[in-house]
Amino acid sequence: MTSTRKTGPRTGAGIQAGQQLSGWLFIAPVVLLLGLFLFVPVLMAAWVSVSDWTGRGSPFSSDVGFVGADNYTRILVGGGLDTQDFGTALRNNLYYVLLVVPLQTALALFLAVLVSQRMLRSRGFFRTAFYFPSVTSSVAITVLWLFLFSATGVVNKVLSWVSIDGPNWFADPRGVLHVMLGWLGVSSEPAGLASTDFLGISLWEWLAGPSMAMSAFILMAIFTTSGTFMLLFIAALQSIAPEIHEAAVMDRTNAWQRFWHVTLPMLKPTLFTVLTLGLIGTWQVFDQIYTGTRGGPAKTTLTPAYLSFNAAFNQQDWGEGAAIAFILFAIIVFFTVLQRWVLRDRDKVKRTKTRDPRLQHAAVEAER
Amino acid sequence: MSSRRWVGLGDDTPDGVAGGRRPRLGATAWPTYLLLVGLAVVYILPFLIQIATSFKTEPDAAANPLGLPENWTTAAYSRLFEFSDYLLWGTNSLVVTLFVTAGRVFFDSLAGYALARIPFQGRTVVFALLIAVMAVPGVVLLIPKFLVINQLGMYDSYSGMIVPLLADAAGVFIMKNFFESIPVSVEEQARIDGAGVFRTFWSIVLPMSAPAVMTIVILSFQGSWNELNHFIVSTQDPELTTLTKGVAQLASGQLSQGTQYPLKLAAAALMTIPVAVVFFIFQRRIMNASAGAVKE
Repeated sequence: MTSTRKTGPRTGAGIQAGQQLSGWLFIAPVVLLLGLFLFVPVLMAAWVSVSDWTGRGSPFSSDVGFVGADNYTRILVGGGLDTQDFGTALRNNLYYVLLVVPLQTALALFLAVLVSQRMLRSRGFFRTAFYFPSVTSSVAITVLWLFLFSATGVVNKVLSWVSIDGPNWFADPRGVLHVMLGWLGVSSEPAGLASTDFLGISLWEWLAGPSMAMSAFILMAIFTTSGTFMLLFIAALQSIAPEIHEAAVMDRTNAWQRFWHVTLPMLKPTLFTVLTLGLIGTWQVFDQIYTGTRGGPAKTTLTPAYLSFNAAFNQQDWGEGAAIAFILFAIIVFFTVLQRWVLRDRDKVKRTKTRDPRLQHAAVEAER
Repeated sequence: MSSRRWVGLGDDTPDGVAGGRRPRLGATAWPTYLLLVGLAVVYILPFLIQIATSFKTEPDAAANPLGLPENWTTAAYSRLFEFSDYLLWGTNSLVVTLFVTAGRVFFDSLAGYALARIPFQGRTVVFALLIAVMAVPGVVLLIPKFLVINQLGMYDSYSGMIVPLLADAAGVFIMKNFFESIPVSVEEQARIDGAGVFRTFWSIVLPMSAPAVMTIVILSFQGSWNELNHFIVSTQDPELTTLTKGVAQLASGQLSQGTQYPLKLAAAALMTIPVAVVFFIFQRRIMNASAGAVKE
């Protein structure tokens, strides 16, 4: 394409044709790669999820049968072990999401506000410290976490200073909520919760909360991702003009009012981004489980992502593995859409609520 | 994107205090400092403990998890190299990382340039598809990726480990955004002088894009060095094990007699060194890029 360009003056049509060609040539490698390793695979997996392929030979050979929605129904409504495992994985991951997303977002925002103070010294050091865990690999961090939370590990050592006998975290399947109910004297299943079940596990089991093992993973997720999201909030905080802050100060608002009614509304787009990314990320728990617990103890760290992998690669039930992957995809899409919808709704309510004239002044200042 | 914000690490971030020394945080600020120092300890201490433990004996690590080693020993490290294929894993990780990084820089910038500058038919469609692709969660693709790699006969080979990772939609966006911030007049001049599209791109635009290229280098290096699940589904051969996969296997107890914490932590600490070095050299740019990459 370079040679054609050198032949003297060109017509408009010639330039256009050249641009068509070079445009496609430039984009071709990426389009081919993404097509081949993203689009085609998804189509293949869609077929496998409705087949009985066992991993031998090609999934398209004639001895692989079409089983319709069997794999999906076995997981979702079958009531057997497959349903139980999926229900357990879903419960485990749900608690993980419910705890990690709000906590990592709040911590990231808190850290960002702390290190963004204009008069703070050595904030470069603090930013580096908070961000460093984010650059290390999930495998290395998991290995470290297994040690920190081992029976004789650092965490239990520290807890022993305040006379708490720490659990053997990664070997302890007790659910946190069950443990807390135990303190209140509720140690066995109330009759009403035993009979009803959803996805193969009883309501009592749904209410177990994250196990000790999962709680350690929850803390790890907060530790490793808060730094990344802190950066997003720092960037957003820096883009807020100092005059807005000054205007709010002159209107005699206190620091908390300024944060809540001036800074936070301006951070809303970033908050959206962080919540969405957090939600998408926390449904994909895999590396930690593969490295650390392989779903144990007593399946309490099983996640849909690991279950899908395990069904296909270890149990050679590829149809089921692929089906779980698609269900997980649907879950992620559902929760992302739901979260966007919920936040959008609340946004409108909040705006009409800002009636305090001092804050309205600041908000007008902000909008200029 | 032309109004790139600077998410700096240092004290010289341009946020309003023009010239001179920044006023000190007053004496009332000590609670803030106390809080920050406390938090920093929580974030840094685990890594210091990791290093200290890797120089302990196993009983020492169990009895005294928090303190310095009673007798410093490198036994964990020598056992690691003696009884595992750590060097082989490291070599594999390095090979994959180098190829992936080089490939991504080239392909991402080509595609980014086309999207930013070449008005070809179908550009909007390609752009929309790229955004759609970015939204597909990675772990959902584990089985699909295996299927296609297997079908293409790339299972258990370097090509199966490297080629699928070369596609990186996020990098394309970073390059596209950067190219759009370069004034068109520079390229027009080159084109008038008779340079072709590729030549303009290669000798004029790309050299001007060093900051964005560095961003891609750093992100690709980190991403492929830390990658785990792609290697799990694309290889089985022990000869092709990477550091992430090898250390993950160590963690779940392949060399097991006892807990082996010093050895496992040594393995994890060594594999962190390359990313840590890159991080400390380029920290300002990394923090900038990570914020930019997610935000677009």
